Amino acid sequence: MKNRKTGYEAPLEKISPARKVLGFARDNTVPLMFILICAICIPLSGFSVNYLLAEIVTRISRNSFLILSLLIPIMAGMGLNFGMTLGAMAGEIGLILVSDWQIWGIPGMVLAMIISIPISIGLGVLCGKIMNMAKGREMITGYIMNYFINGIYQLIVLYAMGVVIPIIHSSIILPRGYGIRNTVSLLAMRQSLDNLIAIRINGVKIPVMTFVVIALLCLFIVWFRKTKLGQDMRAVGQDMEVARAAGINVERTRIISIVISTVLAGFGMIIYLQNMGNLSTYTAHSQIGMFCIAALLVGGASVDRATIGNVFLGVTLFHLMFIVAPSAGTALMGDSMIGEYFRVFVSYAVITLALIMYETKKRKASSKAARELALAQKLEEENK
Amino acid sequence: MSELVRSSGNPLMDKIRVFAKSFGLPRLIIAGFLLLLFIMAPFVGANFFTQLSNTINRFSWNAVLVLSMVPMIHSGCGLNFGLPLGIIAGLLGGTIAIELGAVGAGSFWVAVLLATPFAVVFGMVYGFLLNKIKGGEMMIATYVGFSAVSLMCIMWLLLPYHSPNMVWGYAGTGLRTTISLEGYYLKALAGFLAINIGHLSIPVGSLLFFALLAFAMWAFLHTKTGTAMTAVGSNPEFAKAAGINIDKVRLLSVIMSTWLGAVGILVYEQGFGFIQLYMAPFNMALPAVSAILIGGASVNKASIMNVIIGTFLFQGIVTMTPTVMNSMIHMDMSEVIRVIASNGMIIYALTRKSEVSR
Repeated sequence: MKNRKTGYEAPLEKISPARKVLGFARDNTVPLMFILICAICIPLSGFSVNYLLAEIVTRISRNSFLILSLLIPIMAGMGLNFGMTLGAMAGEIGLILVSDWQIWGIPGMVLAMIISIPISIGLGVLCGKIMNMAKGREMITGYIMNYFINGIYQLIVLYAMGVVIPIIHSSIILPRGYGIRNTVSLLAMRQSLDNLIAIRINGVKIPVMTFVVIALLCLFIVWFRKTKLGQDMRAVGQDMEVARAAGINVERTRIISIVISTVLAGFGMIIYLQNMGNLSTYTAHSQIGMFCIAALLVGGASVDRATIGNVFLGVTLFHLMFIVAPSAGTALMGDSMIGEYFRVFVSYAVITLALIMYETKKRKASSKAARELALAQKLEEENK
Repeated sequence: MSELVRSSGNPLMDKIRVFAKSFGLPRLIIAGFLLLLFIMAPFVGANFFTQLSNTINRFSWNAVLVLSMVPMIHSGCGLNFGLPLGIIAGLLGGTIAIELGAVGAGSFWVAVLLATPFAVVFGMVYGFLLNKIKGGEMMIATYVGFSAVSLMCIMWLLLPYHSPNMVWGYAGTGLRTTISLEGYYLKALAGFLAINIGHLSIPVGSLLFFALLAFAMWAFLHTKTGTAMTAVGSNPEFAKAAGINIDKVRLLSVIMSTWLGAVGILVYEQGFGFIQLYMAPFNMALPAVSAILIGGASVNKASIMNVIIGTFLFQGIVTMTPTVMNSMIHMDMSEVIRVIASNGMIIYALTRKSEVSR
């Protein structure tokens, strides 16, 4: 094995199994921690295996598409796309419009997706451009973009809809004549994708069609990585300057990655909401980015590396914790609120931890590179 | 700056453009908007002095929180999105002061005193962490703040508080979400030397307290340590060459910011009249951050003047928009306008190229 610190031959040391285990544990701290939390909480919560299984299957089908939308910006080195909420808002606007037009079921969903595409593209381009102006601060910029666009979303949905954008249906519009109600019922669309082909095994409903859609997206991502554009994105993610020198239009590539993510997030939100069956107009998207990012990180992803495997492991573990925490809290402390707060705390703590690990790793790598360079220069001088 | 602006041939236009460029267009729009609101106010039937008093009052509540941004911006730690951490120290101080039986205006000082050790300890841990992750401060600060707030949500339920004025009546344990400060430090500062003439009321005590802190901050920034702090923020390489211990200076700045955040929330509470617990500190960082940015600060530059102008403009818009807008177009768009303006300002600041590369 080559010693990377000095670049010199080091005695071929055999990695002992104990060290291997330790290294594995270090690289997968977050997932292991979660497995531990779940292992403690599941027996405490007293839920049956069947119930948990049914819940988990529902949640995987509900959330996976949204979480998958995060992968492409990570590939392009733009970190966790906190701006995915923008796409979610575009999806919601699509759903509001189709429910006003009373187009339900699969046609309604498809139409909502079609409506969301131009909005998502517009928002994605805006977000990408702004992130290009704030290189190195993409995540915090994306995060603030959420709040900013949320303000504009409210402006449109609460004031413009019914005045500028015609909304006629009285079940959707506020009694005052403009603005959308707090909740828009999607009852006529509820689980229309999930129920298209659904099989029941042992009382656990498996929404096959939703999983097919998710699988298609996974295939798309795998395929996309191999395309020219995907390769470019990875190059940009590795090193922007090198990529630029290689003739890649860095700015454009980065914008495209955000646009794809935003469009996918819009679709994801529509899939998410058709499962829920109602749309909380002003709050549905507010937490979605945070939960998706936390789930992805729980699956062992980091700010600069995420795989499809991370998505599915993450969504399973994270939502398992989410289901069992309140009742485990009740059993343990006699107060269900503690469990509620605990799961919120864990979501934030996971993101914090992942961000800290990423930054320390980055610093270590850069100081290591600096040390290597210094050493190489010293050797060169000695050889002169 | 001026050579960046394309000449239009008209000297006056050029001057305006240069001014707009250096002052920042968004800032100009916001200041103009506020001016317009003040001009419109009498026409829509709002009393000018009432509006002014409201703005000044809200200024006095929030100014210290905004001031708490200054040390960290100076030392190059960026915008303190981790303000909730300081706020939690302040909340602990306030609730413990009440628990210990401190009453009246004096309980404010007890609360400040009790909050100090918490703020110092939190600040040290937080500063130590931020030193480990230079360059990624803002995002991590946000999430450290969030984690701390949600952890404290559990703590407010579990910590052994007993004062009947604070805990839930029926359970006897767990703090309430809002605690009235009637009989404690309500108006502890605002009541001091307060001026009330007709519609105009000015909380002189709160303003004096802020002035005192602001002056202390200004004086500190001109001491040797303060200059070192500015050097670390504006040019880390130079600071390192000059033999300044960067990590130590940054740590000090974080502790200062956290302590000011703790004092800031106590000042806010004495004006507002309630302690708000649980998720309340969650959304307190963004208004403070955008206020200082509106005042003309950037990610690595801030002055006391930025704090004063920014807080006044921000709070002015918060207080004026509902009244004026409501009576003008009968739509309460104030909340939405506030959200767009304040977050737009933060985005604007984040996209500015900071003068130094890290």
